[in-house]
Amino acid sequence: MITLIYDGTFEGLLTAVFEIYEHKLTEVSICPEHLLKPNFFDAKRSIVSDTVKANRVLKGLHQRLAAGGVQRLYAAHLSEIAGEEDNLLGFIRYAFSTNETIEQDFGNKYVMRLSYVLKLVRREKHRMEAFVRFQKMADGIFYASVEPDFNVLPLILNHFKKRYADQKWIIYDIKRAYGIYYDLQDAVFIQLNFASSKQDGKTIISSYSEDETLYQALWKDYFKHVNIPARKNTKLHLQHVPKRYWKHLTEKI
Amino acid sequence: MNDERIREKLSILADAAKYDVSCASSGSKRKNHNKGLGDASNGICHTYTEDGRCVSLLKILLTNHCIFDCAYCVSRKSNDIKRAAFTVQEVVDLTMNFYRRNYIEGLFLSSGIFKDADFTMERLVRIAKKLRTEHKFNGYIHLKSIPGASDELMREAGLYADRLSVNLELPTEAGLKLLAPDKNQKDMIKPMNFIKNEIILRKEEKTLFKKAPLFAPAGQSTQMVIGATPENDRQILYTANHFYNSFNLKRVYYSGYVPVSNDNRLPGLSTAVPMVRENRLYQADWLMRFYGFNVREIVDQNNPHLDLDIDPKLSWAIRNLQHFPIDINKADLQLIVRVPGIGVESAKKIVSGRKFGKLNWEHLKAMGIAVNRARYFIVCNSQDFERRELSGTKIKQFILAESQSKYLKQKPNQLSLF
Repeated sequence: MITLIYDGTFEGLLTAVFEIYEHKLTEVSICPEHLLKPNFFDAKRSIVSDTVKANRVLKGLHQRLAAGGVQRLYAAHLSEIAGEEDNLLGFIRYAFSTNETIEQDFGNKYVMRLSYVLKLVRREKHRMEAFVRFQKMADGIFYASVEPDFNVLPLILNHFKKRYADQKWIIYDIKRAYGIYYDLQDAVFIQLNFASSKQDGKTIISSYSEDETLYQALWKDYFKHVNIPARKNTKLHLQHVPKRYWKHLTEKI
Repeated sequence: MNDERIREKLSILADAAKYDVSCASSGSKRKNHNKGLGDASNGICHTYTEDGRCVSLLKILLTNHCIFDCAYCVSRKSNDIKRAAFTVQEVVDLTMNFYRRNYIEGLFLSSGIFKDADFTMERLVRIAKKLRTEHKFNGYIHLKSIPGASDELMREAGLYADRLSVNLELPTEAGLKLLAPDKNQKDMIKPMNFIKNEIILRKEEKTLFKKAPLFAPAGQSTQMVIGATPENDRQILYTANHFYNSFNLKRVYYSGYVPVSNDNRLPGLSTAVPMVRENRLYQADWLMRFYGFNVREIVDQNNPHLDLDIDPKLSWAIRNLQHFPIDINKADLQLIVRVPGIGVESAKKIVSGRKFGKLNWEHLKAMGIAVNRARYFIVCNSQDFERRELSGTKIKQFILAESQSKYLKQKPNQLSLF
């Protein structure tokens, strides 16, 4: 058994796949460096991300998968579930093993697994499209913090860019310490240094635009009054809005 | 002072609008084409109230002043409640500012009827127009059409709104006579017909001229209150079916009556909201729209009510055991979707997956099929299948015994300790 250690990027993963075919490795596992556990028995090899190698794998995948197939692999990779690389590898190997398109073979465990993980990632993407709550700052930028279960910012970028084309906004993933900033032209990935500017809860509120507090209060009022107490159904409520999301939801704070 | 007043108005007018159950924000094709604000090409539920209903749109009344006295409605003339009215600008500001913060998908605007139908409708249209033209708002707008409004206003409404709806209010004309003597079904059917024809007309226009304007791209819907009048499920579903067929409706909403009055024509104030019944009606509605069921298969003369214990598909299946078991590896898609425990998505997975090899129970489980229900109705690539000749009642008992339906207060056949 050999473990290939890669940098956690999609390009790195594809490079690892290239190496596996190049060196005809069979007993192999792929692991991102930050999840590596000390183990004395398995051989290890570090993989350096390589655009040329990754592109060759990508080209092969494009030939064998339907349109959107590579995008699906990419989205599943963003789940960052420990050990998921090996399932993706299984899927890719199955795809390369035949000339048929295998993506509809739901009897195959890798195809089914991919479809399952995709469902999780897409649900999280959809949740973020719903649960982002912008706060208007004094400088006119709309700011939102999020802590998604999976690394979905790259998947929601286009949605927000299309929708909020006429305002500047930032969506920041606190857990993964990066965000998206849209400046009315382009949306780019950014990293903010909260430690130096002491951006705690208080300073955020003091830098609100003047009508921000009113609209937050109005939204809370609305949320309270649109509820029908005679139909109370806490279980259903929690199923749709799990507690872990509450701290970023204006109406639930 | 001003802040307090707007907060009070929002509380009153959201309270008054919340019994309208429609909240869909999907089905439109409006894109952010002018680098303005918003995009209504997909629907999102931004949050859920504590009763578990989705909040997708800012759903408010323009005013809860009303000249009508419909017994089931909180805003009825004779009800002693606080009244309020928004100005056009206030609704526009609320919508824009809520939308900018990603609270909502758009606006659902309805109104009590003040003065007359046209006067009210004109205000609603003016708000939609202002949002679209002055503020480049491309979010979703659902306007409630006021029965009796003129065709010109309805036409203008369709140019700015994504969806228009006219509420049927009650499933039958008789119910309407009893509880809403000021209204009649004819007044509701007229605007529905107008919208339907206009949508067809604009579609034809669109095939000729690409730039022809959108007209209510998300279609029209309606709503009826259930449980306020004594109609049975058969009457309700037949009405829904009729309106789906005759007016190309996108949705019919069923709103379980929430007691708001001690009027003796209505169920008492302590009556529970018929939530299970409402849920079964929606399931039946889905069977008609997505599963290829005819309304006569779901309810008929002998079964005028939906079974509250089990869903209508299972209920149909145990009444029609002659169709089962079906072979999952051979049957047509149309038959597979009729199996209890298999949804449309899973059925498609089965049909795609079986081309690569025969499917067994493990495969089906992995695809997300509720095997505990489906196993009585199917065979697959396995020696293991239901061999007993079970009656419908028996199957129902077995399934109920192992289900944990949230609706069952007490598990059937549960052994008591003492």
